[in-house]
Amino acid sequence: MTNQAKNPVLQIDRLCVSYGKVEALTNASLTVGEGQIVTVIGPNGAGKTTMLSAIMGVLGSKGTVHFDGSIEAVPEVERLVARGMNLVPEKRELFGEMSVEDNLVLGAFQRYRMGHRDHPKTLDEIYDLFPRLKERRTQLAGTLSGGERQMLAVGRALMAKPKLLMLDEPSLGLAPLIVREIFRIVTELRRRGVSILLVEQNARAALQVADYAYVLETGQIAMHGPATQLADDPRVVEAYLGLGGKHQAMLST
Amino acid sequence: MDVQIALMLAQDGLTNGAIYALLALALVLVFAVTRVIFIPQGEFVAYGALTLAMMQAGTVPATVWLLAGMGATAALIDGGLALRAGQTRRLVGVLGWNLGYPLGLAALLAALPVKDMPLAAQVLLSLAVVVPMGPLMYRLVFQPIAAAPILILLIVSVAVHVAMVGLGLLFFGAEGQRTPAFSDANLELGPLMVSGQTIWVVMSSVVLIVALYQFFERTLYGKALRATAINRAGARLMGISPSLAGKLTFFLAALIGALSGVLIAPITTIYYDTGFLIGLKGFVAAIIGGLASYPLAAVGAVLVGLLESFSSFWASAFKEVIVFTLIIPVLLWRSLTSRHVEEEE
Ligand SMILES: Nc1ncnc2c1ncn2[C@@H]1O[C@H](COP(=O)(O)OP(=O)(O)OP(=O)(O)O)[C@@H](O)[C@H]1O
Ligand SMILES: [Mg+2]
Repeated sequence: MTNQAKNPVLQIDRLCVSYGKVEALTNASLTVGEGQIVTVIGPNGAGKTTMLSAIMGVLGSKGTVHFDGSIEAVPEVERLVARGMNLVPEKRELFGEMSVEDNLVLGAFQRYRMGHRDHPKTLDEIYDLFPRLKERRTQLAGTLSGGERQMLAVGRALMAKPKLLMLDEPSLGLAPLIVREIFRIVTELRRRGVSILLVEQNARAALQVADYAYVLETGQIAMHGPATQLADDPRVVEAYLGLGGKHQAMLST
Repeated sequence: MDVQIALMLAQDGLTNGAIYALLALALVLVFAVTRVIFIPQGEFVAYGALTLAMMQAGTVPATVWLLAGMGATAALIDGGLALRAGQTRRLVGVLGWNLGYPLGLAALLAALPVKDMPLAAQVLLSLAVVVPMGPLMYRLVFQPIAAAPILILLIVSVAVHVAMVGLGLLFFGAEGQRTPAFSDANLELGPLMVSGQTIWVVMSSVVLIVALYQFFERTLYGKALRATAINRAGARLMGISPSLAGKLTFFLAALIGALSGVLIAPITTIYYDTGFLIGLKGFVAAIIGGLASYPLAAVGAVLVGLLESFSSFWASAFKEVIVFTLIIPVLLWRSLTSRHVEEEE
């Protein structure tokens, strides 16, 4: 069974990535439908970040990437950004010596370059979504707290008005309250029509918000299915969800 | 030494310092964005000045043929790429900018009575010839090796410098040139006679520095260059391509260089190889700023200018030695007080 989304925004087929002789991703195929949240979970070193980097064109890969109706023979970052794909990378890659507002505005660079001049309005929308960023608009990005940095990274990507937003472990190192806030925003984005590919360590929270889920293990897709179904799968429960039923209640949104 | 001489020396020092400041800023910018230590910066100074001199002598400046050659090569490469990708609109743009522009400019220079035109027009035409060589140089030489280690980039940078000096000899000959001053007015400030050209140089530098500051603080393209300098990977994810940033940076560096050349040509006789020494002094200033700090580099530039002019009075035979020896205590001081600029992986 595959993710039978009606309108696939992203479709990757047998994607392979090697670091020198070591193959970090092997024949990964995955689909993200329009308006879907699709999550990829898996242990450390499974190749999740590698996969997102390859889709974005930051890393070279073999295989095919279909995005928004056309095939990307050689995924190229600038082109994909211009076409509406954005990545919030694991390392965030903020511009530390620049203000929060400058970081956000730079998120709209590619749109600006293509002649759109609507970034002041988009900026207001982002500030509505993340009031905390508005308070700190003149602060240097390098001095933000972990949660604020995370919001800034997501906000900056949203400035590009993406069709597909790829998030690499947005909850990494954050307190439960902020994690909940981040996941609330992810579902809010889906409501606004953004398709989302979500890589997470926090499998429980990810499976709760996602429509469809993939499990990546040692560079290969080991399992996939509708998120609710996967959340009940005994192998997933044992490996990724553990036992803590109480814990689950605490995290639910 | 009496006060009057001291003031005169200070004036000379400030004038040259203003030029070194511009060059130092360009060097810091180029290094921050592309990691290239831009040795050919000074050649743009000489090319700018000597292109203007050639126009004033009534000949079509030979530099326009270099521009055409670089353009044709870029057209071949980028045109081929566009053709293979089937992007006809891009092909038209590539051919227009890389072939159309230089040839159109050459035709214009041949047709217009450039020799008898006002100085401002001649200056603009000189810039129109020399400045586009900056982005073309990035495209042809540095873009293909953008990921190389700093040392390789430096070696290539030196090679480009040597090539440009050689071509300079071919284009301009071995003789030095001096162009007429922008203004013959003199300003009397107490005991001091300030020449019109000095005012031009200092004012232009200040205006250019303020304009650059505004560019980097206020415009999205300026911010994009800063972002690239701070975090290349992050900038790429915003769709700021390293090659766009590189071309824009080299454009600015070429503009600063050529403009500096045009500004000092009435004060100093410029030879085909003068640029190197001028650029090197900008480099000393940039080193004072650790190749990273713009304000420190500007302060360093004025320091270099003053040191040079005062040492030319006391020990004129050693003036260059004194200026370049400055780099040793500066490096010592920097290595003791600050982190060195680390090579990125
Ligand atoms: N630049 C690199 N060179 C060599 N090996 C690499 C490189 N980057 C990643 N790897 C290896 O590839 C494998 C997959 O790494 P990746 O970062 O994609 O894992 P991940 O699933 O994102 O893990 P995590 O959950 O810890 O972020 C790992 O074994 C890692 O050591
Ligand atoms: Mg990862």
